Amino acid sequence: MTSADGPVSLTEQQLLWSVTEAARNLFGAAAASVFLLDKETGELVFEAVSGEGDGHLVGTRFPPGTGIAGWVASCGQPMLVDEVGDDAQFARAAAESTGYVPRSIMAAPLIRDSECLGVLEILDSGSRPRGDLQDVDLLGILAAQAAIGVELLTKLRRTGNAEPEPESGLAALMGRISSRLATADKQTADVVTRLLSNVDDLLAAR
Amino acid sequence: MTTALPWRTDGKPHAPGLPAWSAPTAGEPLALLPIDGLAGVTPEWAWGGADGRGVRACVVDSGVEGSHPLVGELARSVSVLSDADGELTVADVPPEDKAGHGTACAGVLRSIAPAVSLTSMRVLTDGITGSGAALLAGLAWAIDEGFDVINLSLSTTRPEFGVALHELADRAYFRRCLLVVSAHNMPVRSYPWIFSSVVSVASHDEQDPMTYYYNPSPPAEFFARGLKVDAAWPGGGRKRVTGNSFASPHISGICALILSKHPWLTPFQLKSVLYLSARNVVNVREGEHD
Repeated sequence: MTSADGPVSLTEQQLLWSVTEAARNLFGAAAASVFLLDKETGELVFEAVSGEGDGHLVGTRFPPGTGIAGWVASCGQPMLVDEVGDDAQFARAAAESTGYVPRSIMAAPLIRDSECLGVLEILDSGSRPRGDLQDVDLLGILAAQAAIGVELLTKLRRTGNAEPEPESGLAALMGRISSRLATADKQTADVVTRLLSNVDDLLAAR
Repeated sequence: MTTALPWRTDGKPHAPGLPAWSAPTAGEPLALLPIDGLAGVTPEWAWGGADGRGVRACVVDSGVEGSHPLVGELARSVSVLSDADGELTVADVPPEDKAGHGTACAGVLRSIAPAVSLTSMRVLTDGITGSGAALLAGLAWAIDEGFDVINLSLSTTRPEFGVALHELADRAYFRRCLLVVSAHNMPVRSYPWIFSSVVSVASHDEQDPMTYYYNPSPPAEFFARGLKVDAAWPGGGRKRVTGNSFASPHISGICALILSKHPWLTPFQLKSVLYLSARNVVNVREGEHD
């Protein structure tokens, strides 16, 4: 997973996910998501989702200025759109891109200092004891808090003060193998090297 | 009246390189103007029977879908474009709106002032989304074109554009282009809604499109309908939208109505008329308290 400033760290993933999880629960919503703006292309990149569409949406990119999130990133104003699912064109586009067709979308920009960093979006807010305008205001406050978090992490990353990330997945496995191989006895090292060589051949042949 | 409109004249001659206020200010009689005492200003006086005819409004936004039934015919559709060298130019473009935000705002303005002349200036485009430079170029064009009302339902958070926007807002004010801008309801600093030379608008939670309130605690000066607004949607449809973006075109429309009845009002007079005709001010004047 990457953003405009390079790979999104585990801490950043956790922050964004906690924002979406909190927002989804606060609004009793079907889903909450955070998009970050890719400064190079202007695209909005799905970085965290809680609820409908969980997981498989992360990394999806949307062209600049399109969709409700695109509006919000462009004009910098939080807003709410009702009954979006009634629109056949919108419903089809939403279903194709996210697999879920909402009835309402509420979105607010993540703005920090002078920059729009992304968008916080809520699909199908549930009960609305506060009223729509208050909900939009509250979403704005949550978005501001999320933007502060993203900015702090980005600054830490730029200054090299961020804590080293615990490695995970395939890269971590390769790293562990490499370090263990360096201290293994010769017989074991030969076997492992042959094994890895076979794996390499197998991958190259495909 | 055969004399040139006072806000369109070149001003008094003054020494080159020096500001206009260095010109002598005494010894010349004041121009004769049909100044209105604004006595008895009421909503009926302000816009009763008006439909916006004769007033030119410009929606500075993401473009406007000209074929949309809620928008009606556009006088013109232009866009800020970036050439190969990155220079920004203004050119006529087909009346399209890929995003939909401008179409929604234009539809609201039209619903209030059905006979207003509407022009679209697109400053939010695919290549230059969120560019403050495009916003400046588009706004400067609209002011130079002398639109009576300019609706701006967007803002920039980039401080480097703040000073230039401030100058543009003042230029609009003195050229009698009323800039109606949606207030930003987030804890961020943004422009130009915060400037006193514009009319800044936030949302109330009522449904009457002509009801608006004066806010005695600025910077947002007026509250207009911004909740569940039936707005034009790209592709010819409509959607219910909520947000300050849709409150400002209500006030833009009301200003178009007022100017079509009272074309001599300058921005500060018009703001006074808005104040005097606001629901809460009218209620207090009539002895009601809300």
